[in-house]
Amino acid sequence: MITLSVNGTPRPVDLSPDTPLLWALRDGLGLTGTKFGCGIGSCGSCTVLLDGAPVRSCQVTIAEVKGRKVTTIEGLSPDGTHPVQRAWIADEVPQCGYCQSGQIVAAAALLARKPRPTDADIDAAMDGVLCRCGTYDRIRRAIHRAAKEGTP
Amino acid sequence: MTASKMGRRTFLQISAGTGLWLAASPLRVAAAEPGAAPPGDFQPSAWLNVDPKGAVTVWLGRSEMGQGTYTGMAVLVAEELEADWKDVRVVQADANPRYGRMSTGGSSSVRQSWEPLRKAGAAAREMLVAAAAARWGVDPGTCRAGKGAVLHAASGRRAGYGELAASAAKLPVPENPRLKDPKDFTLIGKPVPRLDTPPKTRGAAVFGIDVRVPGMLHAVVARPPALGGKVAGFDAARAMAVPGVRKVVEVPSGVAVLADTTWAALKGREALGARFDGGPNGALDSKEIARLVDAAPLEATPAKNEGDVEKALAGAVRKLSATYTLPFLAHATMEPMNCTARVDGSGAELWIPTQAPLWARGDVAKALGIPDDEVTVHTTFLGGGFGRRSFPDFPVEAALVAKAAGVPVQVTWSREDDFLGDYFRPCGKNELRGGLDAKGNLVAWHHLVRSPSISRQNFGGRPGHPDVLEGAISFPYRTGAIRIDAAVPTVGVRLGWWRSVYASQNAFPEECFLDELAHAAGKDPLAFRQGLLPANHPLQAVLALAGEKSGWGKKLPKGVARGIACHSSFGSHVAEVAEVSVKKGAIRVQRVVVAVSCGTALNPDSVAHQMEGSVVYGLSAALRGEITFSKGAAEQVNFPDQDPLHISEMPRVETHIVPSTAAPGGIGEPGLPPIAPAVANALFALTGKRQRSLPLKA
Repeated sequence: MITLSVNGTPRPVDLSPDTPLLWALRDGLGLTGTKFGCGIGSCGSCTVLLDGAPVRSCQVTIAEVKGRKVTTIEGLSPDGTHPVQRAWIADEVPQCGYCQSGQIVAAAALLARKPRPTDADIDAAMDGVLCRCGTYDRIRRAIHRAAKEGTP
Repeated sequence: MTASKMGRRTFLQISAGTGLWLAASPLRVAAAEPGAAPPGDFQPSAWLNVDPKGAVTVWLGRSEMGQGTYTGMAVLVAEELEADWKDVRVVQADANPRYGRMSTGGSSSVRQSWEPLRKAGAAAREMLVAAAAARWGVDPGTCRAGKGAVLHAASGRRAGYGELAASAAKLPVPENPRLKDPKDFTLIGKPVPRLDTPPKTRGAAVFGIDVRVPGMLHAVVARPPALGGKVAGFDAARAMAVPGVRKVVEVPSGVAVLADTTWAALKGREALGARFDGGPNGALDSKEIARLVDAAPLEATPAKNEGDVEKALAGAVRKLSATYTLPFLAHATMEPMNCTARVDGSGAELWIPTQAPLWARGDVAKALGIPDDEVTVHTTFLGGGFGRRSFPDFPVEAALVAKAAGVPVQVTWSREDDFLGDYFRPCGKNELRGGLDAKGNLVAWHHLVRSPSISRQNFGGRPGHPDVLEGAISFPYRTGAIRIDAAVPTVGVRLGWWRSVYASQNAFPEECFLDELAHAAGKDPLAFRQGLLPANHPLQAVLALAGEKSGWGKKLPKGVARGIACHSSFGSHVAEVAEVSVKKGAIRVQRVVVAVSCGTALNPDSVAHQMEGSVVYGLSAALRGEITFSKGAAEQVNFPDQDPLHISEMPRVETHIVPSTAAPGGIGEPGLPPIAPAVANALFALTGKRQRSLPLKA
């Protein structure tokens, strides 16, 4: 049994220690907001925050994250009103929506580190989070909006 | 004939064969359904319910895969119902022929729902007005509906829909209700915020892969990588030894490993060490496929043959010929294929991220040997579809795994499974010849399309010209003589519809070769197209608009060039101008101006969204998309091998809509066909070198 700290709550999971955090969240804890996309850290759909920094949850094991703070899309804000989430709604960013948890979490991490990101900052921080529907333009717009309007 | 009509006919045939299609209009079928609504509710059709508190429920008979149909379909009902938009909620309908074909493909949802859903709303409105008029003893013509209530202006009386629901429910359903004048629309044509956006920003939208059923196990399946391959052996005991693995079962498509988590199932599958016989396609590779494409004989008669192309070419002042090739492509939806299934003595229940729930229901029933109505199909949100999710292979497999294992199961495809088990966009080889007279007019056009047929492989073909000619046979330009031919090879890899299907496959050679002819004629590519199109052709309006908004003809910075292309598909017409440069050995598309004529734009923001999406999906393919085969299997199996466009490569996409009150055209696909030729034509303008093969090279 390994106890994880997820969204501010201790969550014991009875899984083998080499289980990637992604599968512990989704299949062990029922937190399905974090998505499986590629399994090899190449698409960013599974991005969560580990002690505030973005990580690909398919690439870290639960043994490695023990004792560290995991924040998923469900824990980004209590009621979905994180500035990034508000900006996402204002700019109608999602299409299919599948990659958006990863996009939003990655954007929140960027803004926490750089409250006024440039386009180049956005490219650097968001480039590994893939979207097949074509929401990139709006992601950029929404990050700038969140930077302007947001008070995380 | 457009690809969408092809798709519709194909589905009609399939559905008729399994007894799923009902010829009556959905409204009338629904009205004949026994009332399942609670007493006091008003449910004049299968599409909507008004409860005594005035809450309006709209059932969604299509699949939401990003295109906005979840909101769009509800808008159609609510507009004519005169509902208060804040009272409207959407419920995804389970698979049932009372909702019509239920297939989401061919950019058809809005086009096919435009009348029936508005009529459903209008019929309900007329009944609510009649109920109010009867209550007040006044002429219904003196009452008016608005914002979820009926008003009688002369007396100032007002009744909410909720309080009228019970009495409206007792009235007959009008067969031909009056539809609103488009100038009175309050929702249609407005950028109504999407109802699915808030849950999608909280991780709360339930995609297929997020379904959790009590007692369910997570499974992955070891499948033969080549089409027609067979399982030759596996070691179930080694898989069972992996912690968390619960069961190993064999199904026709492969060997399933069931476990407490998807991760344990994946590890179990590795331990299984499954071996496969390649089968009839076990040695197939891209070289052999290219040989089959070249060796395919021409169809006996040309699909189109007007005038004498050979004679016209012989008499032409300038003659050009060129060969254009396109690769196989994968869909790579962000959500890999998956399906959750529960099968027991009372039937089957499936949760599927599907574009075609009725097709899935019919095939699952057949596979389980039970009647259709013992299979319940719940459609979830789809993490992308692009055509892949129309196929019923993944639900059928999940149902068989659940049956064999005797437990509810979620079968998840790894990304590698998803690539290997795709229904690929077919490859294409296009041989084109064209002739010009002394004035630069087109006097001859010959297009030979060599491509395997999706329809023949999956359904044994269909009447009329082969599907591979969609987008080629509808050549819109004036020419002295025209001939369109097909050569259809049979290849042993799975083929499927890929966003815009053959329209993009044929628009690339067509619009690039036309560009070659424009240059040969010494004419501007935009003016050349405008001169060849009939004056009233809808492409004229989008070409003019794209030209104006892009600043066509105006000087660009050094190292940047423009290209233009246009195409009509799925009932809409699109022109695109791409601005392209080459930086650090990579093609950089910096700006795309899109002009679209799609009839009434149900939601202009959704139209813009779909144009942005089509550009990105088409650019990912044009710049890097290519699936090659070895030993019958795809060689690209995950995102680093098949890298889609990233945010840093995203061009600025500007969408301009030609205003119209005509019935809507499609929007999900028509934005895609012009992008690859627009970029290729821009590259020619930039470098003077013509590229005739996708993906494009810097």
